[in-house]
This record gives sequence, C-alpha cells and structure tokens, in this order.
Amino acid sequence: MLDAILLVVLSAVAVVGALAMVTRRHPLGSALALIVVMIAIAGLYALLAAPLVAILQILVYGGAILALIVFVIMLLNVRHEDLAHEDGLGGRLGMGLTVAGLLFMGLAAGIHAIPADPFAPPPPGFGGIVAVGRALFRDYAVPFEVVSLLLTVAVVSAVGMAKRRLD
Amino acid sequence: MALHAPLLVAAALFSIGVGGFVARRNVFALLMCIELMLNSVNLVFVTFSRQWLALEGHVTVLLVVALAAAEAAVALAIVIMLFRHRETLDVDVFASMKE
Repeated sequence: MLDAILLVVLSAVAVVGALAMVTRRHPLGSALALIVVMIAIAGLYALLAAPLVAILQILVYGGAILALIVFVIMLLNVRHEDLAHEDGLGGRLGMGLTVAGLLFMGLAAGIHAIPADPFAPPPPGFGGIVAVGRALFRDYAVPFEVVSLLLTVAVVSAVGMAKRRLD
Repeated sequence: MALHAPLLVAAALFSIGVGGFVARRNVFALLMCIELMLNSVNLVFVTFSRQWLALEGHVTVLLVVALAAAEAAVALAIVIMLFRHRETLDVDVFASMKE
C-alpha cells in the first residue's frame, strides 16, 4: 500500500519535473528541475529494490553531474539576451510536442502488451553493496576497468579543451 | 506492483527528453534532455532487474552513470569553448559544420 502511494507520488514528481525542465527558458531553472527529477528517480530505484543504485544516483547525478552543469551555467554568466528566441506554438515547439506524443503512445502500447505478474519478493541483500559489488568486480571487472579508463581520458581531454586559448 | 508502472514512467521521461531535444535551441537544454533520456533508460534497466531478480541491470546502470559523467565533462568543455567563440548559447548559430 505504502509502495503504491510512493510510486504514484515519485512518478508524478519525475514527470512534472521533466516537463518543467523542458519548458524553463533559462538553463539554471532547467538544471534545478532536473535535480528534482534525478532525486525522484532515485526514489523509484529504492522502491525497485536497488538501494545502492539509488544512493549512487543521488551522489553522482544529483551531486556531481548536475553540480557541474550548474557550475558551468554560472561560470558562463548566462544573461537573458544570450538565450535564443524560443516562442510560439508553431515550428519546433509543435514538432517537439508531436514527436513526444507519438513516441509516448507507441512506447505505452508496447509496454501494455508485455505480460507480467506482480514482482516476486527479492532475496535478502538483493541490490545491496555486497551483491552488486561482487557482480561488478568479479563478473564485470573488464567493462568496469574500460569505463574507468574512458572516464580518465574524457576528463583529461575536457580540461585540455577548456583551458585552450582562442586567438 | 508490476513492471508496467515504472516502464510507463520511463517511457514518459524518454518522450519528454526527445521532444525537448527537438523543440529547444539552448545548448544546455539539449544537454539536459540527453541526461534525462539516459536516466529513463537506466530506470528501464533497474525495472527489469527487479522483474527477473538479476543484478546485471544494476551493473549496467552503474556503467551508464560513469559514461554519462564522461559525456557531461566533454560536452560542457565544448559548450565553454563555443560560448567563448560565439558569445551565444543558440545551437542554430553553431551551424558552421553544415556548409
């Protein structure tokens, strides 16, 4: 019962936050709405028996990535005259609404056709640090190392790019 | 609780992300739409992990989060360079590769 209430509340917060993110004109407002979405999704992860992923979602997404985006928006000191003119229901906005609506209807029809029983109760420790850590560092050690290498290369190249002077 | 509800939420978030990507012209808005789409896909992974009680979905989500962090770092560096170069955030101005 509590699960059902939490599911509805978190889903509503996520969808409303996403709509707010897309419709804010200034990127700072979008970023703050996106933080709300990330935290609502972390709550959904916790409901889906994924506590470790939920914590990392808040730490890495809500904490690191969004803080980085907000930091860059403030660093660039975005003023209102820097923003593009994005008004009117014609053109791109109409196209975006159409694309989103059609895509959602298609996906919803597909999801509706999936036969599924209610979730079985998870075994003890499912999704916890021990279980996920064992899977990550034993069965998926090579992908993990590849991703860590990629992250290092990306960060080094980002620093190199942002430091370069334009002349 | 069955898998339909979280999957519908993920579908809604993904659709909003795609729609926003088509409709918006601000670089930051496009970046955040991409992040939203990545998150909705992660939600699908976690949902199916819950359905089949398999941990592969959780591992995949952790790898995708690391990839998203790398993507955000590189993309923001590019945005900083573009903004210094053109003094705007309008993606239509950054069309020099079209010609």
